[in-house]
Amino acid sequence: MLTSADLGALLLTFKVASIATLVMLLFGTPLAWWLARTRSSWKGIINAVVALPLVLPPTVLGFYLLVLMGPTGAIGKFTAWLGLGTLPFTFPGLVVASVLYSLPFVVQPLHASFAAIGEQPLEAAATLRSGPLDTFFSVVVPLAKPGFLTASILGFAHTVGEFGVVLMVGGNIPDKTRVVSVQIYNHVEALEYTEAHWLSGWLLLFSFSVLLVLYTVLKTHPVAHPLK
Amino acid sequence: MTTILARFQLDYGDFALDVDLKLPGTGITVLFGHSGSGKTTLLRCIAGLQRAPQGFLEINGNTWQDSERDLFLPTYKRPLGYVFQEANLFPHLTVQDNLHYGLKRIKQNSGTVKLEHAVELLGIGHLMERMPERLSGGERQRVAIARALALNPEILLMDEPLASLDFKRKQEILPFLSRLHQQLDIPVLYVTHSQQEVAQLADTLVILEDGRALASGPLSETQSRLDVPLAQEREAATVWQATIAEHEAEYHLTRVTFTGGSLSLPAVDAEIGTALRVQIYARDVSIAVEAPTATSILNVLPATITGIADSRDGQSVIRLQVGNQALLAHITRKSALMLDLQIGMAVYVQIKGISTLTHQ
Repeated sequence: MLTSADLGALLLTFKVASIATLVMLLFGTPLAWWLARTRSSWKGIINAVVALPLVLPPTVLGFYLLVLMGPTGAIGKFTAWLGLGTLPFTFPGLVVASVLYSLPFVVQPLHASFAAIGEQPLEAAATLRSGPLDTFFSVVVPLAKPGFLTASILGFAHTVGEFGVVLMVGGNIPDKTRVVSVQIYNHVEALEYTEAHWLSGWLLLFSFSVLLVLYTVLKTHPVAHPLK
Repeated sequence: MTTILARFQLDYGDFALDVDLKLPGTGITVLFGHSGSGKTTLLRCIAGLQRAPQGFLEINGNTWQDSERDLFLPTYKRPLGYVFQEANLFPHLTVQDNLHYGLKRIKQNSGTVKLEHAVELLGIGHLMERMPERLSGGERQRVAIARALALNPEILLMDEPLASLDFKRKQEILPFLSRLHQQLDIPVLYVTHSQQEVAQLADTLVILEDGRALASGPLSETQSRLDVPLAQEREAATVWQATIAEHEAEYHLTRVTFTGGSLSLPAVDAEIGTALRVQIYARDVSIAVEAPTATSILNVLPATITGIADSRDGQSVIRLQVGNQALLAHITRKSALMLDLQIGMAVYVQIKGISTLTHQ
């Protein structure tokens, strides 16, 4: 059965993943739009930077974030100057790390679905008196709906599944930074295999359901998700 | 009368556009040319979908682009209607919502063209609730035309609206375009590579080649220009505007008048007074120096030679003036020499066959 510590970890994970997903959609949407439209020579570099977490060991990303956000790091100095203290081992720190870690899972499906829309509907909208922002919300967003759905699901699920970055940046503080994956690690370390089984089982079920939704409900829009 | 002033220069390396056009602000102006001639690029520059680095565009006295002053009105601020080659309807909206998309975004539809009018004109009232994917190609294109018209634009731009349709669908839409022409007072710029569409729709013709305008002017005048390859082609023809004057039922003929004369046609089923277009192929026109007294050909008209050019394979192209209309004749070079045809000569043309185009 799940202990209250387990439930706390689940709740925290849900909170982190939800907030991180919102933040990623907020920043990832304009970024993906820019990537899909630009002819700038920066495109390649930005693409590579966004995709880095796909190949980088999470511990590497976590390590750099820990250093940068720490009291002597650039970000840490800035947040301290703002009177916010430093981010490592806090909930906001965890969200920041999650956002950076899962961003490619949001940006890439959005990028793909924006690119798939093509020039034509945008031109049609322009000839029908619709300005760029208007067109984005009245044409692009509805046409890219499967992309947004995929991006949200993948971003959320990938944040739930993170471990290395969390451990580096967040540590293991109950109800503050101890998410499910860390909690499972704790159970195993303490040889509490029954508890580990329960929690792992829930996570497995969750992950499988998410992917099932992606591959069945959204299969009519194959272009929108990057897993194929 | 409104006029359209369009001057554009752009250079993509492998393609350059360099035109300076003054077009009438009424009727249908066809931009004709083969693929790669720059006709679509020109239309897109007029719409603002493409920006020519050097450009000046004035419509209805309003400047839409002036590179000298660094003025460039973005497309969505130009009061135009645009019909794409593919209908380009929004796939996530019903026909109804597609039609209202632009309408919702203009302040006040003050003009004569209302959505209902456009819907009626194009016969799409029964399609309102459908999604675009459930329409045929022809229906889609009709919705697209209505969507553009509903905005009551100052100018309607059409980029090969029939090119992606098969023959049957083309025949379905052409009458709508003719009606449009007749009922609306909106100038239309119409891009096509089809001579048939030129003949059926154009009032003014602009011929484009390699990004330049070879000729521009009233239809029959431009069709018959000897310095333009069109006049040399086997299918060369001139189109005249005419009005039905009389039916000769016993002979199964219809007499039509044009500025400067009259013609007999195979019976046309339309009322007296109806305007129509007749097309005369250059190969169906022969020339006589004296009035033929006994001939089976009904349409013999006095004419003046205004131009002579050599063509391929021993052929000559003769340009003639008949009343107010220009006419082309393809004859053999030998005949031209034997008759000693000269510019300015008064002759007679015998027209063997005439085809009637759309009733308008």
